[in-house]
Amino acid sequence: MTIQFNDETFRDDYSFHNSDWAIKRFPFPFHEDSYMYAVNMEQHRGGPEGSVYEKRFDVDEHYISEMRDRAMVLADDPLRCQSLPHMTLAGWDLLELIMVSKSEDYPDLFELHRDGDTWRWINKPLGIDDTFTFLDETTLPYGPMEYITRQTQGDFCVLDQRDGNLWMDAGTVTTQADWSLDFDIGMNFFEWHAPVPLAHEKGIFERALKFLLNIQQGAPARRLNWTMTVNPLLDTSPENYHKWGVQKTTLTPENIGAKQHLRVELQTFFRLPRSNGLVFPIRCYLCSFQDLMTMPKWGRRLHRVVRDLPVELATYKGFIDNRPMMLDYLSQFDDGLPTSPGIFPDFDTEPALQK
Amino acid sequence: MSAAPQKAKPGAEKIAVNVTAVVPLNDLVTRFEFQRSDGDLFPPFSGGAHTVVTMDDNGRHRLNPYSLMSDPADLTTYAISVRRDDEGRGGSLFMHRNVSVGDRMTITYPVNLFSLDLRARKHVFLAGGIGITPFMAMIAQLEHSNGNWELHYACRTPALGTYVDELRYKYPNKVHIYYDDQNQAIRLEDLLDGQPLGTNIYVCGPKGMIDWVHATASAAGWPDANVHSEEFLAPQPGEPFEVRLCKSDKTITVGEHESLLEAIERAGVEAPFLCRGGSCGQCETNVVSHDGTFVHRDHWLTEDQHASGEKIMPCVSRFAGKSLELDR
Repeated sequence: MTIQFNDETFRDDYSFHNSDWAIKRFPFPFHEDSYMYAVNMEQHRGGPEGSVYEKRFDVDEHYISEMRDRAMVLADDPLRCQSLPHMTLAGWDLLELIMVSKSEDYPDLFELHRDGDTWRWINKPLGIDDTFTFLDETTLPYGPMEYITRQTQGDFCVLDQRDGNLWMDAGTVTTQADWSLDFDIGMNFFEWHAPVPLAHEKGIFERALKFLLNIQQGAPARRLNWTMTVNPLLDTSPENYHKWGVQKTTLTPENIGAKQHLRVELQTFFRLPRSNGLVFPIRCYLCSFQDLMTMPKWGRRLHRVVRDLPVELATYKGFIDNRPMMLDYLSQFDDGLPTSPGIFPDFDTEPALQK
Repeated sequence: MSAAPQKAKPGAEKIAVNVTAVVPLNDLVTRFEFQRSDGDLFPPFSGGAHTVVTMDDNGRHRLNPYSLMSDPADLTTYAISVRRDDEGRGGSLFMHRNVSVGDRMTITYPVNLFSLDLRARKHVFLAGGIGITPFMAMIAQLEHSNGNWELHYACRTPALGTYVDELRYKYPNKVHIYYDDQNQAIRLEDLLDGQPLGTNIYVCGPKGMIDWVHATASAAGWPDANVHSEEFLAPQPGEPFEVRLCKSDKTITVGEHESLLEAIERAGVEAPFLCRGGSCGQCETNVVSHDGTFVHRDHWLTEDQHASGEKIMPCVSRFAGKSLELDR
């Protein structure tokens, strides 16, 4: 299908909105009526037609507006995009991976023409038509990682692999859930995960690292993560906490359905062949509570998950103060009926709300 | 998305290939070149990567890892060089005797357990014998990016100096050859002494050489993180032994000339693996109970883990004794 791109904002007047198509394909992250950390990895090779899992790099109706927002963030704060000197080859790996994937997965939107090292890249939605020499960064307007991530939704952590660990040595991070690339740059896997509660004690990170170190070429993986965001903000960074943190106090019972958003990250992992690095794209999807409630199954389940979440997690995810108000709102959509297993909304088979 | 963590798959993704060249290099070593059967290009790879070659030896599947030694920039052809091991379990003999141009084989996607540290300001390669193969690809990769490297390569005799002529011709100032039969030896202490800050050293060769390089570098104050090595172990023959596979509810016997991993696979039980040489950790298996002695040969488990009797790497390690039960 041809995507109708929205003209919208993720700041100031917050004109961001999801179409019915976008709500239906929203990656709801809870496969059952409760939530706890797990190493919930699976292979990233396609998924149901039209779902966000189908393509290697999902492109949706927010593409053009998200790229406009990224350009604004980078103009204000160039340190959101950094690449240590040894990571340039990994940047080319990423450029190659994205250009090949998008031109194969969306031939109507993106074209890649390769003649030896001379590459021509056409990005129709963004109006780009560039010819450059592969592996020669003087022929691009930015470094290879910055060039391609200015044209691809989601944050990108480009990790070096050495000494049995992964190192956050490059990335473009403008749509993050309250963490900072500038703070984490050069850290290893355990260092950058240090702030996460409960998971260390459960040995989650040792197992996750082992899994990631063994991700091989041709066999990418994925998982979902989630948090809560008031207003459809992409840039919830520590650098700008003074701007967005205070917005969490603006929720009222009247506006919570429209203002409170479930923020879901589709995290994928690809081995980078020329550098032997690993890229970790973190794609952010936002959906307002009132839009989520149009799917009866998600209404029932979200209420139960938020209600039963351990205090530590609700605190870490930043919504402990607003949880009572959320529950007042969400309980209206929970009639106590059982829910079907799995994350998909099952709109046609799940019963309508019985109250 | 499912919730359960996924079981590791056995092996990397596979590629069907045709053998396009078989080039004897000397009495012991032959190069095999492959192109994809579907006519596509191979995936790019990084210097130091290996592929696992599946050999169909009269119905018996042999899976051996070999370093990719072709230029990583050439995506039309992958090449490996195989040293014939007359005392081994037969994989290299099969390659030498049975594989010819036009044959169809299956290899895996590249897996790299011996990659360049791209932060290094200089790369010093130490090769012994057939250990030259990963460095052939690393050198080609570094030459494309004007990398700073030098090679010190010990061979038994000039006649067995695999790729010596090619390397000397292409890189006369970077390649240093040492022949055992002429009593030439790498003067490692002097070599380490003269290196600039930010140098990384890489060694690939026999176990004795690897241990010698690690010990000498460590004694000279080199950080462990700057010293890299790769030694693929071939499984060694041993007395047959019996194993109970608890999860699959099967009892198997590991033959004299097969590995525990091969015996598990032969019984139709799926077991994860990547390198089949004791390095990658993928086949790590929990021991449920045992009465006997483990013959641990891997580089993956720690000494404490070896001593604990709780884990075994079935690709290279064996067991001798009354009974062994595995969580597989």
